Amino acid sequence: MSIRERLSGNEAIAFAMKQINPDVVAAFPITPSTEIPQYFSQYVADGQVDTEFVPVESEHSAISACVGSQAAGARTMTATSSCGLALMHEILYVAASNRLPITIAAINRALSGPININADHSDTMGSRDSGWIQIYSENNQEAYDNFIQALKIAEHKDVQLPAMVCQDGFITSHAVENIELIEDAKVKEFVGEYNPECYLLNEKQPMSIGPYDTPSYYLEHKRQQAEGMKNAKRVALEVAKEFEKISGRKYGLFEAYKLEDAEAAIVIINSTAGTAKDAVDKLRNEGKKVGLLKIRLFRPFPAEEIAKALKHVKVLAAMDKTESFSSQGGPLGAEIKAALYHEKESPTVINYIYGLGGRDVRVEDIGSVYEDLYKILATGITGETYRYLSVRDQEGK
Amino acid sequence: MAYNLKQELSKPDRLAGGHRMCAGCGAPIAVRGVTRAVKEGDKLVVGCATGCLEVSTFMYPYTSWKDSFIHNAFENAGATMSGVEAAYKALKRKGKIKGEYKFIAFGGDGGTYDIGLQSLSGAMERGHDMVYVCYDNGAYMNTGIQRSSATPKFADTTTTPSGKESTGKPQGRKDLTQIIANHHIPYVAQTTFFRNFKDLHEKSEKAIYKKGAAFLNVLAPCPRGWRYPTEDIMEMCKLAVDTCFWPLYEVEDGKWKLNYIPKKKLPIADFLKPQGRFKHLFTPDNEHLIQEYQKEIDQRWEDLLALCGEKSNVVTS
Repeated sequence: MSIRERLSGNEAIAFAMKQINPDVVAAFPITPSTEIPQYFSQYVADGQVDTEFVPVESEHSAISACVGSQAAGARTMTATSSCGLALMHEILYVAASNRLPITIAAINRALSGPININADHSDTMGSRDSGWIQIYSENNQEAYDNFIQALKIAEHKDVQLPAMVCQDGFITSHAVENIELIEDAKVKEFVGEYNPECYLLNEKQPMSIGPYDTPSYYLEHKRQQAEGMKNAKRVALEVAKEFEKISGRKYGLFEAYKLEDAEAAIVIINSTAGTAKDAVDKLRNEGKKVGLLKIRLFRPFPAEEIAKALKHVKVLAAMDKTESFSSQGGPLGAEIKAALYHEKESPTVINYIYGLGGRDVRVEDIGSVYEDLYKILATGITGETYRYLSVRDQEGK
Repeated sequence: MAYNLKQELSKPDRLAGGHRMCAGCGAPIAVRGVTRAVKEGDKLVVGCATGCLEVSTFMYPYTSWKDSFIHNAFENAGATMSGVEAAYKALKRKGKIKGEYKFIAFGGDGGTYDIGLQSLSGAMERGHDMVYVCYDNGAYMNTGIQRSSATPKFADTTTTPSGKESTGKPQGRKDLTQIIANHHIPYVAQTTFFRNFKDLHEKSEKAIYKKGAAFLNVLAPCPRGWRYPTEDIMEMCKLAVDTCFWPLYEVEDGKWKLNYIPKKKLPIADFLKPQGRFKHLFTPDNEHLIQEYQKEIDQRWEDLLALCGEKSNVVTS
């Protein structure tokens, strides 16, 4: 029987880590992910796991130690946020190119500056091209479920890439909600043993890892890495099917919410999806055909499937909880527009920047987005396609 | 068993020949000298910071390393090896590994004194059972001889060139060996290629087999950067030691010990003179700089003598 509990998102991740019992965890505290290594070191102190915990002196060393450890043949994890992830940036690429399936619990927080400790996606969106699988989570339940699945996707022989499981700092990392946990034995059986093919501590066959790679080989190595990422999409679905068997919970590449017949829709990531679903329900009650697509897998980006799910929509808002300073929108907007480009008929896309630095987003704010979309639908006038939601001192607000 | 160089050299090399380091480079000599102290039956994982040694010994698809080897980045050999050692502990505990492994990280002075200092300090402070070896050639040689904090005073490098308004690097060397000694780890030593390599060998053996974190600082001359004839490497090391530019000492369990006191302490000019990077000092105008240099050397030697409980023996001329 599954276990009913009340946990915060951080507790849920720490609990998943305890159940997985990894070989090594190396971490450095940063708000709002600090609680994860805190809870975890208590599990170590109490003998509830037999993990080697390395309390490193920075996030750069955290991910560096993770690279060493995973390359040595150990299942390895860490947790971080914001500037911590930014400090890891260089080594994220090394981890991915060495095909090391390390798992990061990424608790989304705005990047400095100015310094800000609250949720937005500037941290993990800054890592989106580093070669890591990225899975986003709406609430504590999804964070827990995704974390357990991420490991299995990452370690799959056709993938062998690191993965980060993202959730919104404070909003879900610190908010306590009901959660359904899976029994220890089932989790352990689901993730299995980590038995890599090649690793440093293989007593029968030493290996060298991290070469200097000349132009004669680098391109092919990157291509192989890209193939691994492509495979992650199929593997994510396979793993989700297996996960459903032990949890009863269904996961896909994304979640489509009342999208089938929607004429106006939004695409959104993480916790604000919950708020947005409320807005959808409200508008549906008023007879409006509105829907929502919530991103789960952002890397790899399931473009074909997303295009198929969205192509019938007339007007669409891509919601970015980060800036990219491209002057035409955020990273989600760019991906969505690229995904829809090859469709004969595709929706008009408005790209909103919202909720930066933890600015609260209410049901009414999302409601105003749908209002905007309906205005476009009624008038045929698109107007500015790159907008800020609920920002002060903006013209026309 | 008494140390015997000939016997030591008959052991199989852990670093294969055919790598791409320059002729006369000190780094592979340091690597072979240190790894010879690993018992033949013991397994080894070598880590390496980005630098000459890394790019020249592991160029895809060839590796010169007969043991397992990992390169991660420039500034994180300490942290990377921390991770490898932690993995070993965990896997050993779970019964997944049977044999004995040793862990040695190599970095140049760039990757150790400068960009990798934090990572090294962390690894030492946490006490991972590993040895970090700095092969100190006194500049960023891999990128083309730029100054580092290990570069000796007045050296002409590509970022501290001598010129009309410059006499080379204005600052003195950072004393990394003492910085790491002050981490109060079980073993820290400074050594180089001296006589029959006994000093390097015995210090390596202690560093490798003493439980906990250990640090070796090995002066490893670079004929390109120092600008001396390639074949003179042993002479350069001898001069570094006999002028007290590079004293041989160790700190074992907190006890400081000088391993060699020159019978006749040579003037620093003897070490500087054969090197092209100090050529500008040997003009009549710059004589005072050599005197200034000598003062600094004498002061540091005096301080070290005191730390090691030796009597002052500086004769000022």
